[in-house]
Amino acid sequence: MSTAVLAWSIVIAQLALALGMACASFRILRGPRAQDRVVGLDTLYVNGMLMLLTVGMRSGSTLYFEAALIIALLGFVGTVALAKFLLRGEVIE
Amino acid sequence: MSGLDEPGGLELSTLATAAASVLVLVGAAFTLVGSLGLVRLSTFYERVHAPTLGTTLGTGCIAAASMVYFSALQTRPVVHELLIVLFVIVTTPVTLMILARAALFRDRSEGTPEASGRREADA
Repeated sequence: MSTAVLAWSIVIAQLALALGMACASFRILRGPRAQDRVVGLDTLYVNGMLMLLTVGMRSGSTLYFEAALIIALLGFVGTVALAKFLLRGEVIE
Repeated sequence: MSGLDEPGGLELSTLATAAASVLVLVGAAFTLVGSLGLVRLSTFYERVHAPTLGTTLGTGCIAAASMVYFSALQTRPVVHELLIVLFVIVTTPVTLMILARAALFRDRSEGTPEASGRREADA
């Protein structure tokens, strides 16, 4: 019984995270400027990482944790590289 | 190790599942509010705050739910989700600062009125 409650809570949480990813995608597509798109991409990354954590809870496997950790790392590196590009016009000087 | 989707065989304590359910729902709600702020707020300098605050809190709650669930599932403390929480808490303010600085630099070099603190409606 209580596991069914947890399973449904995770499904609702996944729907909320999917809606958050849709909001981030809307901001990426809409703009209006480049920095708005970068913020949207950062949010999309974090939402996807949280989605992987909930998928891992549903499947009972700790493998998804490692994928989520890699997404968190690469999302940070990607956002900093894009911000550096916006600031200077090139990533590595 | 069996998942939640497979029927039968999985018995967890009511306290652990209740705590994990509440934490995962609260975390998803925080993240959704942050992402909605990305759509609703009007200027970039307002928009940059919402997802950073929302996703930091959401990551903390969902990772705590994952820790509670896997600790109950494996009947031993599982704390490796702390790595994600620590990493997100350290990196999110850095990305906010660097993005806001990049946007401010771009706006100032182009003379956009947003950079002086006024809104689009006043300009």
